[in-house]
Amino acid sequence: MSTGSVLEAANIVKELGQGAAMVRALKGVSLSLNAGELTLLNGPSGSGKTTLLSILGCILTPTDGEVTIAGESLKGLGPEDLASLRRRHVGFIFQSYNLFPTLTAMENVLLALDVRGMKSQEARVKADMALREVGLGHRLNNYPRTMSGGEQQRVAVARALSGAPSVILADEPTAALDSENGQAVMALLAQIAKDKSRAVLAVTHDPRTHPYADRIVAIEDGRIVGDKRCNEARVNITKYDKTRKRKVHV
Amino acid sequence: MILTLAMRNLIHDRIRLIVTLVGILFSIVLVAVQLGVYLGAKKMIVDMIDNARGELWITTFGAKSFEEGGLILTPRERHAALATPGVNAVIPLVVSFAEWRKPGGGSTNSVLVGTNPEDGGLAPWGISGADAALMAAPDAVLVDKSYLRDLGIDGIGDTAQVEQGRVRVRGLTEGIRSFTMAPYIFTTANRARALLGMPGENSTFFLVQLQPGADIEGVRRDLKSRLTGTEVLTKPEFRDRSLDQWLYSTGAGVALIGGAILGLIVGVVIVAQTLYSSTKDHLNEFATLRALGSSSSYIIKVILVQAAMSGVIGYVLGMAIAMVVVAFSGHTALPIIMTPGLAVFLFAITLGMCAVSAVSAIVKVTKIDPAMVFSR
Repeated sequence: MSTGSVLEAANIVKELGQGAAMVRALKGVSLSLNAGELTLLNGPSGSGKTTLLSILGCILTPTDGEVTIAGESLKGLGPEDLASLRRRHVGFIFQSYNLFPTLTAMENVLLALDVRGMKSQEARVKADMALREVGLGHRLNNYPRTMSGGEQQRVAVARALSGAPSVILADEPTAALDSENGQAVMALLAQIAKDKSRAVLAVTHDPRTHPYADRIVAIEDGRIVGDKRCNEARVNITKYDKTRKRKVHV
Repeated sequence: MILTLAMRNLIHDRIRLIVTLVGILFSIVLVAVQLGVYLGAKKMIVDMIDNARGELWITTFGAKSFEEGGLILTPRERHAALATPGVNAVIPLVVSFAEWRKPGGGSTNSVLVGTNPEDGGLAPWGISGADAALMAAPDAVLVDKSYLRDLGIDGIGDTAQVEQGRVRVRGLTEGIRSFTMAPYIFTTANRARALLGMPGENSTFFLVQLQPGADIEGVRRDLKSRLTGTEVLTKPEFRDRSLDQWLYSTGAGVALIGGAILGLIVGVVIVAQTLYSSTKDHLNEFATLRALGSSSSYIIKVILVQAAMSGVIGYVLGMAIAMVVVAFSGHTALPIIMTPGLAVFLFAITLGMCAVSAVSAIVKVTKIDPAMVFSR
């Protein structure tokens, strides 16, 4: 299924805060994301999911360890260089969609392309394609406030997709959606992940998303505690949750 | 997209946009009026000097302005000047403050200007329906239309008393205003001397016209060496001296420029406050932009374009109001002047003001942590 690693994280340590308030959020996490795969990152609150997502997405730099994305290392990069890496290689999907309320669906996607330096007609064609790909060809000129949560999240998916990034990182993409829309968005992410040039990682608490995954990674207390392909995931997730004495629905 | 995003951010909150525009508008009108009055005052102060045809002015030593020159230059000094190589003509001017007694009672201060238009030195301009030769008529004086009420007269044909003699208004000028608020009264040099009770042919100034090709600095040096106890000034020097006397020594210019600066400060504070709060409201969107990979400069451009758009709209509205004020001031004793140069200058300082106002918003936005997009 996968065609090779596009993102490598090796022995990532991340310390947040200073002095007595310092917290070690990640304690030596190693993870590689393969092109053509939808990977789910599971873990309880405070386990380090968002910190890991931020580091993989070039928003934060690790205290120790190394991240390589599409062959480029994050080591020693400043905020502007990290922004440049994000522009070229990362697409984000957020829990609350983070669309610009004053811009239409089309303009939201165009803005992401404009940030990447793509101008006018080419950008318009790409944005149109991306929105049609997520089934919003009829909502191009609608503002976010006139769209349902599912439609807004699909605009966010189109925005992430339009720049043809190497990695798409989704933070709880279904958390704000009802079951039907959540399933639709996960199906969309699974479909996007089939592209052999990109990897998709989604942080999620929702067990209903598991059937769409090619791989499920579990994180707890800043460490990876489970990492299985989807045909093994059910067993491992069960095992993982047993250690936490929880009921599992898989 | 920067333009689109900036414009949508602006119009998203209409109340805030209105507050911003009112701030800029208020600032522009205030600065335009203050600087317009400053230009108007400047024009009034130097109008006589600018309209006089002559390269050099011979004045008594220490003459502070056109209105304060004294009356002690003698014919001997005039002949000495005429004998200087390079000098073509030396035209006497008599200028002095004089009491104007209104026909209906009461009096007011005026500036009596004695000049012979046929000399080609200084002639009243803007004379409606006639020319400066009117001054040759017996007892004739010319006054400006805008001062008729101040002088207590209705128009041509009215009589009044100036110092020691009776005069009759033979013509009216238009647009010759006085910064000192004492109206200019034009008459011939000899009649001016007679009205002032000055015997002989003493003058206040000698206006020197040079021969074609004469070296102005060389002639000036010669004149200085021949005329002790006088000063020989170029036109720009005399202008500067008059401006210094009326605008700067009196504090009027400082007050006008101070008012303009105050207007700018008010504008900067209002625009900065509204831009900052707008940026704060859109902080999550800017963080999203940052997370999407935008450079700091891209976000700064959005804020600057937002500031510039506010500036341009505020400028257009402010200038429209300022032009109405300028039009209304046209017939007052202190007309406000709006020149193309001042309009361009105001546009530039409006944009500058908006750019300065954007600094606090830019500082705020450059400190954005893109990771905040995950905490929403």
